Amino acid sequence: MRVNTTINGTQREIDDVWEGESLLYVLRERCGLPGSKNACEQGECGSCTVYLDGVPACACLVAAGQAEGREVVTVEGLSSEATLHPVQQAFVEAGAVQCGFCTPGLVVATHDLLERCERPSDPEIREALAGNLCRCTGYEKILDAVRLAAERLSTDGEAAR
Amino acid sequence: MDFLQPPTWAQALAAKTEYPGAVPIAGGTDVMVGLNFDRHRPEVLLDLTRVPELTQWSLEGQAIRLGAGVTYTRIINELGSRLPGLAMASRTVGSPQIRNRGTVGGNLGTASPAGDAHPALLAAEAEVEVASVRGTRRIPVTEFYVGVKRNALEADELISAIWIGLPSGPQQFSKIGTRNAMAISVCSFGLALYPERRAVGTGIGSAAPTPRIAAEAARFLADSLDEAGLWESRAELPRSLAIEFGERVKGAASPIDDVRGTAAYRLHSLAIMAARTAGWAWTDYRKAA
Repeated sequence: MRVNTTINGTQREIDDVWEGESLLYVLRERCGLPGSKNACEQGECGSCTVYLDGVPACACLVAAGQAEGREVVTVEGLSSEATLHPVQQAFVEAGAVQCGFCTPGLVVATHDLLERCERPSDPEIREALAGNLCRCTGYEKILDAVRLAAERLSTDGEAAR
Repeated sequence: MDFLQPPTWAQALAAKTEYPGAVPIAGGTDVMVGLNFDRHRPEVLLDLTRVPELTQWSLEGQAIRLGAGVTYTRIINELGSRLPGLAMASRTVGSPQIRNRGTVGGNLGTASPAGDAHPALLAAEAEVEVASVRGTRRIPVTEFYVGVKRNALEADELISAIWIGLPSGPQQFSKIGTRNAMAISVCSFGLALYPERRAVGTGIGSAAPTPRIAAEAARFLADSLDEAGLWESRAELPRSLAIEFGERVKGAASPIDDVRGTAAYRLHSLAIMAARTAGWAWTDYRKAA
């Protein structure tokens, strides 16, 4: 079947989609967007987290056809070509990336948290990232990265005001 | 496989009549796992996310009519005070990503004994509204679960909504998982107090082939509170009464050993959760005076 959807601001017409395949498969295998990672395929690990109409979801649990007419934003859509998003920059600087497989999902989940909550408490950060598994870092550096990104984004926000 | 995406409820019901084997999909948190792992290959996927009324809730007299497609995130954000027990259960579902997509209608459709919403729905005496081209009917949730992952739906029926009365007293929920997030319950328990008719509602999860109530234990607790005049005095709940209630809840369960826990552990923890939720709810009741 054909699926028409907007991905990272670009209208896409994707053909030969199997009716039972996931949005994740469409993104990775049909659209050349391998940022969202394919790991557990059951919504346990969060490494395929994308925005679907502005709401974070596991792309592996969205049927491709359910994205028809919707807006999808993947980790690739968060930054411009030249510069990283402050959340991504904070992950790099805080050493929150080791093997990197969980990183795209964590970046999207963190991006969403900081959109909703400018200065999250540690329990709020933990709750927001509860659906994203990392087997390398032990999470401490990830928490550092979220705190760093929150600080920079809210400082920037204050400067802009 | 066909992928149908009806834009209206009438068209969704017509499709389910034409294709009784069609698998309804909303948040996809159960259905897509089955597809990804090649566990099932339905002839037709029936996407219900385009039916507007499924994603709405409304206050109808003294009850909330909760559209089957309202997500757990929205229940938590929009109905925390009006459906406290269900909101508590919703907070324990999966992760933010799962709660953003998962729905109570889906929980009922899957009818897993481990579904997090079930104990809260049982304790709150909810009704499930189901529909087909033949008409609409309401099934008490106690009659909805008919076997392991089997529910009372006919082949041409879809779940349209869940009716839950506004709370007349405190509600509580407790769940044991292997960790805090992303955990399928090892067992769970929901409790509701109905002070105006001096009754207690209960719901047991993951400790029997289906979610079920603990009717005898609920009557015992309600009658004991009555006999001791506690509904009026709002005096402290005797510890021995909470413990005896827990033991009787345990008596209503028939769990199995599986990968998440043993039957013995489930019985033990269920007794403790029942006693605790009774204590918490009673504390809330005393504070409300």
